[in-house]
Amino acid sequence: MQPNGVVVQHNGVVGWAESSRPTTSRMVGLEDSAHPTGKAPAIQVNAAHRTEPWWVRWSLTLAAVAVLTVLVIVPVVNVFYQALGRGVGVYMQNLFGDPNTRHAILLTLTVAPSAVLANLIFGVACAWAIARFRFPGRALLLTIIDLPFSVSPVVAGLMFVLLFGMQGYFGPWLRDHGIRIIFATPGLILVTAFVTLPFVVRELIPVMEAIGPEEDVAAVSLGANGWQMFWRVTWPNIRWGLLYGVILCNARAMGEFGAVYVVSGHIAGRTDTMPLRVEKLFQEYNTPGSFAVASVLTFLALVTLALKTWLEHRERKEIAEALTYTNTRGKE
Amino acid sequence: MSITVKNISKRFGSFTALDNVSLDVRNGGLLALLGPSGSGKTTLLRIIAGLETADEGVILYEDEEVTHRSARERNVGFVFQHYALFRHMNVFENVAFALRVRGWKQAQVRERVGELLRLVRLDGYEKRRPSQLSGGQRQRVALARALAAQPRVLLLDEPFGALDAKVRQELRRWLRLLHREIHCTTVLVTHDQEEAFEVADRVVVMNRGRIEQVGSPREVFEHPATAFVMDFLGRVNVFQGRVQNGQAYLGEAVVPCPDYLHNEERSARVYVRSHELDIERNAGPTTESSSSLAATVMHVHPVGAVVRVQLHLREADDSLNVELNPQRCNELDLKIGDRVYVAPRRARVFVPDYSI
Repeated sequence: MQPNGVVVQHNGVVGWAESSRPTTSRMVGLEDSAHPTGKAPAIQVNAAHRTEPWWVRWSLTLAAVAVLTVLVIVPVVNVFYQALGRGVGVYMQNLFGDPNTRHAILLTLTVAPSAVLANLIFGVACAWAIARFRFPGRALLLTIIDLPFSVSPVVAGLMFVLLFGMQGYFGPWLRDHGIRIIFATPGLILVTAFVTLPFVVRELIPVMEAIGPEEDVAAVSLGANGWQMFWRVTWPNIRWGLLYGVILCNARAMGEFGAVYVVSGHIAGRTDTMPLRVEKLFQEYNTPGSFAVASVLTFLALVTLALKTWLEHRERKEIAEALTYTNTRGKE
Repeated sequence: MSITVKNISKRFGSFTALDNVSLDVRNGGLLALLGPSGSGKTTLLRIIAGLETADEGVILYEDEEVTHRSARERNVGFVFQHYALFRHMNVFENVAFALRVRGWKQAQVRERVGELLRLVRLDGYEKRRPSQLSGGQRQRVALARALAAQPRVLLLDEPFGALDAKVRQELRRWLRLLHREIHCTTVLVTHDQEEAFEVADRVVVMNRGRIEQVGSPREVFEHPATAFVMDFLGRVNVFQGRVQNGQAYLGEAVVPCPDYLHNEERSARVYVRSHELDIERNAGPTTESSSSLAATVMHVHPVGAVVRVQLHLREADDSLNVELNPQRCNELDLKIGDRVYVAPRRARVFVPDYSI
């Protein structure tokens, strides 16, 4: 498995290095696209590790497995054990018997997709601008996109309360016009979108840089208008990268706690999302109920993980194909 | 359809890509824009195509001004250096693209694409992806794709630049035949002199955003208008010499130089093409009109129809390149280190003629 990865990467690098300068920079783009999300094909095969004595190899492996077991596997399995410990009937009752829990699940299924949709549209537009054009303020925009990653979610929530809350700048105006943002669903969508903003853009920029503008320009030269170019040429090239970003974004949106906690007001049956509901049930000593909701969130996380792995596999194949395409071009 | 380029200028920041360029492309002609990288040839092609906008100047197609029209409205066929095929589409869909965006019916699309794939000799490849094609095949797909919507002009940007020498040869010949068949006004960008001469009926030599010379390949090669054109086309030796009354004085040698007939003597850079030199074993009779320079053979290097000989000029301590035909080379039986004499047959200078 690993030597294979090496060959592909090696060929790729040599091929790029031989071609002209613009394509070399695209190689960098490709590598960039692989790194931030850890999708780089395994290339660090160090022959030395095969010569380490057996006890070093075994103790290192065991240590890693032990840490993983204690920190990851046991807690995750325990969530399901606790949730299902008293049978499936009780589990279902815990999940769907309580109207407040039912509402929390529905609310999360509303807020997360809305935030993802907002970031999808913003992400494509923003990645397009950044990957295709050079304009004043481009570097600043790139930095600002990362801001939600560095700001604590609680602070992010607070920022929105200070803007749209009763004591905030727009609060009185919003109240006069009968619009509720804070302590209501729009506020939840707003902060969730803010916190998850970088996922789609960050995923898309390297993909678009790797693909380059040539095919888009070709489409225009062949008479396509803007929409035709986007839907027939750009979209098919970016869709897997985009889906990857959307999945990560969605996972984060569903699990978001801090920012949502601040703007929601924590009103059971109205503004409680699933993570908030988990916390509230736990505080009320309703451990089985709390674990039941937690198990749903954990299950969603596992689904995300599976999708992510599948997409990475698929994207790696596409990158390898793109590399061979570029390598062999010009060689009859 | 003819193309007229009038006073086009284009700057990228502080870099002047095109500086007041004017040009006519005849209807049905095949014109090559030839120049080193950075000479503005690709920028000019993209401005003609409508993929780039000029800062100043006008583009006419026939008598119709298209300066501010989009590429779509101009209806051009553009072939990119790296093909820019749509990687997620098969060959059929690539070629069909221009027809699909124009809303052609499926039956018509199938007919037209089939016709084009036969034209580029790729019928049977409809289902292949670009990644499954060789470089030459990709370039032919790119050409078929550009021709699909019956463009008014065909524009090619270094179309064979990324291919190896043998395939390039074949495709050039094929492009020539294709052009004869479809009679579409064609502009080709290249930095390869041989390519321009072989394919085009007119050549435009560009340098630093300006046109140096326009003419048939023969005119441009035999009567270079500027020192740049002389230098850029073919292999040239440059001497620092003097000229007077149609003679160039290169050290001891006197060489005919019809470019400068003035009787005022002046120093000049004197250009001699590599194939316009002879190598002799003996100094020969020194006459008034011609003489030779003493040299040492440094390197003999046969390349097909010619043999390139590198010489060292003993007097000037400079090197000199000569191209001989293999027969002559055999007669001379040159070996490295041999002492020989070189006689330039013709010298050229590019000095402003004060007499006019």
